Amino acid sequence: MSSIKSETLRSRRTAGTAGGAKKPRQPWRLRLGGHQPIGMVFVSPYLLYLAAIFVYPLGFAVWMSFHDYFFAAPGVEVERPFVGLDNYTSVLTDPDVWRSFYNIAVFLVINVPLTVVGSLVLATALNRKLPLRSFFRTAYYIPYVTASVAVVGVWMFLFNSDGLVNRALGPLAPEPSWLVNSHLAMPVVAVFVAWKQLGFFVVLYLSALQNVPNELYESAALDGAGRLRIFRSITVPAVRPATLLVLILATITGANLFTEPYLLTSGGGPDGATTSPVLLMYQRGLQQGHPDEAAAIGVILVVLITAISLIYRRLVERD
Amino acid sequence: MKKALLVMLPVAALTLSACGSGGSDSGASNDARGPVTIWYSNNAQEVAWGKKMVAEWNAAHPKEKITAQEIPAGKSSEEVIGAAITAGNAPCLVLNTAPAAVPGFQKQGGLVPLDEFPDGEKYLQERVGGKLSQYASPDGKYYQMPWKSNPVMIFYNKDLFKKAGLDPEKPALAGYDEFLETSRKLVESKAAKAAIWPAPTSEFYQSWFDYYPMFAAQTGKQLVEDGKAQFASPDGLKTAQLWKTMYAEGLAPKETFNGDAFAEGKAAMATVGPWAVSVYGDKVEWGVVPVPTADGTAAKGTFSDEKSIGMYSSCKNRGTAWDVMKFATSKEQDGKLLEATGQMPMRTDLTAAYPSYFASHKDYEVFAEQAEQTVEAPNVPNSVEVWQTFRDAYTKSVIFGKGDLDAALKDAAAKVDELAEGQ
Repeated sequence: MSSIKSETLRSRRTAGTAGGAKKPRQPWRLRLGGHQPIGMVFVSPYLLYLAAIFVYPLGFAVWMSFHDYFFAAPGVEVERPFVGLDNYTSVLTDPDVWRSFYNIAVFLVINVPLTVVGSLVLATALNRKLPLRSFFRTAYYIPYVTASVAVVGVWMFLFNSDGLVNRALGPLAPEPSWLVNSHLAMPVVAVFVAWKQLGFFVVLYLSALQNVPNELYESAALDGAGRLRIFRSITVPAVRPATLLVLILATITGANLFTEPYLLTSGGGPDGATTSPVLLMYQRGLQQGHPDEAAAIGVILVVLITAISLIYRRLVERD
Repeated sequence: MKKALLVMLPVAALTLSACGSGGSDSGASNDARGPVTIWYSNNAQEVAWGKKMVAEWNAAHPKEKITAQEIPAGKSSEEVIGAAITAGNAPCLVLNTAPAAVPGFQKQGGLVPLDEFPDGEKYLQERVGGKLSQYASPDGKYYQMPWKSNPVMIFYNKDLFKKAGLDPEKPALAGYDEFLETSRKLVESKAAKAAIWPAPTSEFYQSWFDYYPMFAAQTGKQLVEDGKAQFASPDGLKTAQLWKTMYAEGLAPKETFNGDAFAEGKAAMATVGPWAVSVYGDKVEWGVVPVPTADGTAAKGTFSDEKSIGMYSSCKNRGTAWDVMKFATSKEQDGKLLEATGQMPMRTDLTAAYPSYFASHKDYEVFAEQAEQTVEAPNVPNSVEVWQTFRDAYTKSVIFGKGDLDAALKDAAAKVDELAEGQ
């Protein structure tokens, strides 16, 4: 068994180099500009755009996080000395920062599975020939394109202590109520965000489902597979690339959580239970004048999200 | 690669805000003259006053015209002004600069010290009087002209007091015991859902409208004095304990009210400034009393809710800007501001300065009396962080009643002491 495995590995390693022979090195002009150098002219606006709005700010944020940095008026001489890991030490020894990362972990644990399962199930349902299919597809998309400020009002109306949900629950209503309960506030935010963004992820899955050959479903049905079995054995594997995308996007948008706790739970309440790292970045960077610490929180957030995304990739793309 | 780029988005969002910079210092002298720009706040009454003031100035100074506009929309005026300082496009004057933001703007190099004008300190001292020292920065300079205050008092709804069986003309609200008892009667009788409904939220400035007015009334002190936090003192703890009881007994709700709880009759009391007279006017049958103290003795002060005028370092024509500042705060313009907005100009002996106004506007007289003893947010390094530190501890231990109140406020005070030292 082991010899077969090692043989396979060896053949994989050599497959990319055409039997081990080295490819001739291309001249630098070809390497830089390709066979159609004019293509560089067409892509250069995007490259400039990418450099200006992404590469430079990203590098600047990392630089800020290693310096004693604050915003100053142009022309004002200020010292911004290199402080090594001071900003990182400062934020990593701050219980509020740890709390915010814990909060976002709670959020992601609830929101991401809910988003993936909810959007896949809904997309599968909406992929069938249903009456009023277009209406339902639009209906699920509407919350996504509606401003958070508007829909948050509806949720507050639902989840306030004398809101509709508590009236329906009667004596079973939680005390303290949903949005001022430190155990329930973040789950409510997570469900709210899942509901609000579902439409977008349904569209991603719907486009993936269009590419699944109908013959697969027909064969499975002929073989006597039930709906659940077909969903598990055909739909789920067929949309795996879309699932990876949904996982990564849901995690990134979740990690960027700001508007919802700010509006729904009044600035990260109750007692900091919904304070997210980005909310702290806003407080530290813009309100309190410590963009260096905000940048350190941002860098830590990026590193964590990158790691989570890589783990997703490994898990989802694993055969 | 594309996926890797996607996961980098959060920091890109942060850093975009950090890369606005460039240009150079205007290198302006305090004698330079010419056109100037100003921003004023966006409430309708102030805009109306501002437009008239600008028109009067422009008519008399064709070569030194003012171009005026409302402060651009943003999450808060302070963030918009902070961004404008960094970008180098702040106007010459902002007629609505919050004192709590001044230390931050000063650190950014965004403000011009007013006492560097030849008549600067003299003008400030004559206008503001004894309260001026509260507006000095740690370096001893004045980076703001104290302009107008909204001394905070307790408004109450006479109809709801009547409904609860309380005397609407002489409400028992002087001491903490009375305040609590009155609040209990209001809620138990179901006259109102809440006795009082300040925002129970985490924004750093919310303490100015629940804890701080009562703390100022009790102590007459600022939150931080001589570099030391004052709120963990026995008096500071008494005020915190009062609010803790209010929240624990449901007399003040822990949830946000979307709207104006006092105007809608959901709360029987509100902590307000003189702006409330015109806002609630005929809508509510209201009365007004000073902020209570622990034992019911006369208040030693109240929160000013003051706004200053700041001159920003991007201003080239600073000589004209200083003249505009003096014109906008002249006795005549202050009188017009008082008439138009009901807000109290930061002047000594206000009632004597405008006797006819206060004779015909009795509702405002009590606020003018309070204006004589206002307590400002302290002008200390890391001012906003100081308030946020206090608010976080307050939210946890007072509003949500978690942990030991004494210990929470003492911990916060230790942190605040460090922050106020500039650490």
